Amino acid sequence: MSKPLSRMSTAPPVTLRVLILVAASIALMLVDNRTQQLEKLRTGLHTLVYPVIFLSTIPGNLFHSFSESLQERSTLQEENERLKQENLYYKSRFEKLYALEADNERLKRLLGQSDDIAEQVLLAELVEVSLEPYTQQIVLNKGTADNVYIGQPVINGEGVIGQVVHTSYAQSIVTLLTDPDSAVPVMVMRNGLRGVMRGTGVRDRLSLPYLTPNADILVGDLLISSGMGGRFPTGYPVASITAIERNPSLEFLHIEATPVARLDHGREVLLIWPGEEEMTSKVPAVEEQGQEAMAIPEAEEGQ
Amino acid sequence: MLSVLGSFPLFLTVLIALFLTGVSLPEQFVPYWPDWIVLVLIYWGMAYPGRVSVFSGWLLGLLVDVMHGSLLGQNALALTLISYTVNVLHLRMRMSPLLQQSFFIMFLVAVHLGITAWIRGMTGVFVVTPMYWMPAIISGVIWPVLFVMLRDVRRSGMTR
Repeated sequence: MSKPLSRMSTAPPVTLRVLILVAASIALMLVDNRTQQLEKLRTGLHTLVYPVIFLSTIPGNLFHSFSESLQERSTLQEENERLKQENLYYKSRFEKLYALEADNERLKRLLGQSDDIAEQVLLAELVEVSLEPYTQQIVLNKGTADNVYIGQPVINGEGVIGQVVHTSYAQSIVTLLTDPDSAVPVMVMRNGLRGVMRGTGVRDRLSLPYLTPNADILVGDLLISSGMGGRFPTGYPVASITAIERNPSLEFLHIEATPVARLDHGREVLLIWPGEEEMTSKVPAVEEQGQEAMAIPEAEEGQ
Repeated sequence: MLSVLGSFPLFLTVLIALFLTGVSLPEQFVPYWPDWIVLVLIYWGMAYPGRVSVFSGWLLGLLVDVMHGSLLGQNALALTLISYTVNVLHLRMRMSPLLQQSFFIMFLVAVHLGITAWIRGMTGVFVVTPMYWMPAIISGVIWPVLFVMLRDVRRSGMTR
């Protein structure tokens, strides 16, 4: 028992140390809750434990690839066929979109508006779902090395998923739409009515607070990102209204919605850089990422 | 004094605990996943109270915060308080039978969960369901097994 005693004499007593550390923890929490100043520290520590984090993602990935390799050949062929058809359909739509986009651009220029709707995108893969139990977060395999930034919008083929909240060199953490901390400026596609879409912490449920009872909104209305606040580009589908409760005793409507994008499906998502690149440079960026992204379908074709 | 060999098992088990904390599970298994970090911290806090104490707890908590992307300081605060409790009571804990230790472990893991829920409730919206407390029970149940395993690990690493 001489060891702890001799340590006691050199270091401050444990009660003092615990008080200092508790104070330090509280200070960290206050600063982290209010500001972004600790992101550097967070990134540094994340890089330090990255080997462990990397190892801990392996079982999940193994499980995923294992269950994928167990799929039957006929299922894969069917899927392949379906994807080919989908691809063809989207290609034709996309060509039309080019013309529309050019048209839109020209008209906007005529009107004297300068906002650029072209965006750069990058395909990222899901590494992990829900880090801390009971949070609505996902981890992506792209980080500051690919210029991912805090606040960056994340979408998938169906609509908005969420936004980046923490980044490190090779990974980033995304808060999903359904997280209670998430808020996205939206508008009703039908009439342009604006609001802010908030998460509830419950899977697949969002709320649209602060709309007065006379607001023109209906069940089934599609909400798209409004571009207010400058984070999310305009026009991506966010949610559709599932329930509206008109309680005369309350000042605001109680509106529930469900995300358009299925948040718990699929392993690939898109990171977007709103309005950074011109239309011309958008296409190569997509193709460059496409090689990585298309690796899976190509492998299936090869069978 | 501890030799370099003596501290190797310690680091290894802490790394394994961090690894197990980071493993992503299917959602239905999450409530049944023990609180590995707290278990390992308590064991080494009991075994080497002069070496694994409040600062180790704080540092580990900070790493968990970074791994989980949670508020910095949240787990650090909880693990500091847990390792302090262990540090003060380590002699009594060593003397008590494993079953009694298990109940104490359940209490300490519940403290961890409680502090986390409390802080998350203060900084945002957080709803605690009964299943939220499940890791405390599971941790207590596996404690005897883990205790024997870690004791063997510790003894195998000792030079004397």
